[in-house]
Amino acid sequence: MLAQQMLNGLIVGATYALFALGFTLMFGVLRVINLTYGVYFSAGALIALAFTRNIAPTLWLALPAAALATGLLAVLLDALLLTRLRRAQAPELASLMVTLGATLLLYAVMTAALGTEIRRFPPGLAGTAIEAGGLRISGTQMLILITTFIMVGGLLYLLRRTRLGLAIRALAENPGAAQMMGVDAGRVVAFVSFASGALGGTAGVLIGLNYNAIQPYMGEAMMLKGFAVIIIGGLGDIGGALVAGLLLGVLEVLTAGYLASTLKDAVGFVLLVLTLWLRPDGLFGRSTIRRA
Amino acid sequence: MIDDFLWTYQSLIDTIGINGLLALSLYIVLAIGQLSLGQAAFMGIGAYGSALLTSRLGWPFPLALAAAAALPAVAALLIGRPTSRLSGVYLALATIGFGEVLRVFYVNADFTGGALGLSGIPERAGFLWIYGTLATALGALTLLCRTRIGRAMDAMRQDEIAASVMGIDLARYKLGALVVSAALAGLAGAFNAHSSTSIAPGEFGFDAAVTILSFALLGGIGSPFGPVLGAVILTTLPELLRPLHDFRLVMNGLIIVLAVLFMPRGLLAWRIGRAR
Repeated sequence: MLAQQMLNGLIVGATYALFALGFTLMFGVLRVINLTYGVYFSAGALIALAFTRNIAPTLWLALPAAALATGLLAVLLDALLLTRLRRAQAPELASLMVTLGATLLLYAVMTAALGTEIRRFPPGLAGTAIEAGGLRISGTQMLILITTFIMVGGLLYLLRRTRLGLAIRALAENPGAAQMMGVDAGRVVAFVSFASGALGGTAGVLIGLNYNAIQPYMGEAMMLKGFAVIIIGGLGDIGGALVAGLLLGVLEVLTAGYLASTLKDAVGFVLLVLTLWLRPDGLFGRSTIRRA
Repeated sequence: MIDDFLWTYQSLIDTIGINGLLALSLYIVLAIGQLSLGQAAFMGIGAYGSALLTSRLGWPFPLALAAAAALPAVAALLIGRPTSRLSGVYLALATIGFGEVLRVFYVNADFTGGALGLSGIPERAGFLWIYGTLATALGALTLLCRTRIGRAMDAMRQDEIAASVMGIDLARYKLGALVVSAALAGLAGAFNAHSSTSIAPGEFGFDAAVTILSFALLGGIGSPFGPVLGAVILTTLPELLRPLHDFRLVMNGLIIVLAVLFMPRGLLAWRIGRAR
């Protein structure tokens, strides 16, 4: 029973980690808390839903299509909302506010267009459950594990082993120096936006499948988990976000199982406040240097 | 004649005053260059707290008002304390999270009436209470602008590091501003509950928090009057132009985007002249 709960928790946590990864990547490289991120989550689920219903009922096409579309959406929104502020080197809070306004606008437009009723994926998309050693793992859960593994692995490979990854890390470290060394900042910004949008959209499809309840505002509730995970892991820390995501998933499932299911949604916030009190730079954080 | 007018538009007039108070509560935080997205949540604590005290325990309204200011202030202390030494982003994220958690709590807890909320709250907050508080707060903040504290707040907004070099205790000001602003938002919540006589969790969520920000950004934060004017405009317009009513949230969101990108000083760009 405990083992099954732990497994379920880890799988929920994997989606949190995947979701938070794009969010923290955006902050780490672009120095922006981009609140439109929750919109990519909702959009990903809605696009995959439309795809499986109207074009082809197969996730192997719907998932990449949703990721591609949300990635492009992220590039577009970043260019529209943040280019101007980036050029003016506006403070972090200005960009947070712009994306906040855009988020309200986008949710309101999505709700006006689609309504708030809950939509569901056609049944039998993700294959059948497997049982082994008393543990049961559903087709959706398998899909979540595999996708998370591939996307996290791909991202880490890209950041650590490729020239583009080097350019991204250089830009995150010191934008001025990186540009002097010939890093094309515009291209890197666009790529990072694309990658985070795709991560957010993918997480939306996977969680949409897992709970099978899709509506425009689903991204808003998810953002709370996103904040908790990126602050617990340390803002901009990719490894931290992975660990914090898994931790949050497991603790939520255990709380729902052994305490009360209504307390589940408070777990993230309690951890967030504890982190701010005890380790404000995140689980693995070094103390930040105050820049003048 | 004037009585008729007041009677017909009473709820709108009350709402304008309450929204003015909320905009002012956010102004206190924005004035030092911080961002709180917890104003709706603090308002909710004030609304639920005072409504439970008057309708269930029979407390007199003034006493419930005091509680409506004190409870959110304590909550602000708990969230603000650890974030006051960190960059402003942490406060913004922690306060959004706080609002979301409270909303879930109101929906699930029994004594807050679940998703339906509370109704049958005694109607105690009239024109005088609301506008008296608004005028007092507005007056106090305008006077504050001219004092040492007001100048310190100005300095912090313009350049935090320079301000701290001049000997301003940043953490203390950040925490103080958040606590005062939470208390003011709590009062607004109590007025809201005791003027509309019913409250529900949805009124204190993310949309409400962002709407309060749109008041402040439309009016501009050059003086305390800006946010209040923003609240008056954004509360009245959807009532006058019915089609705007359905696109309220779109409009509020758009105002924030345009204000930050193109008119960072807001609609009321003037500043109050101050003694040098």
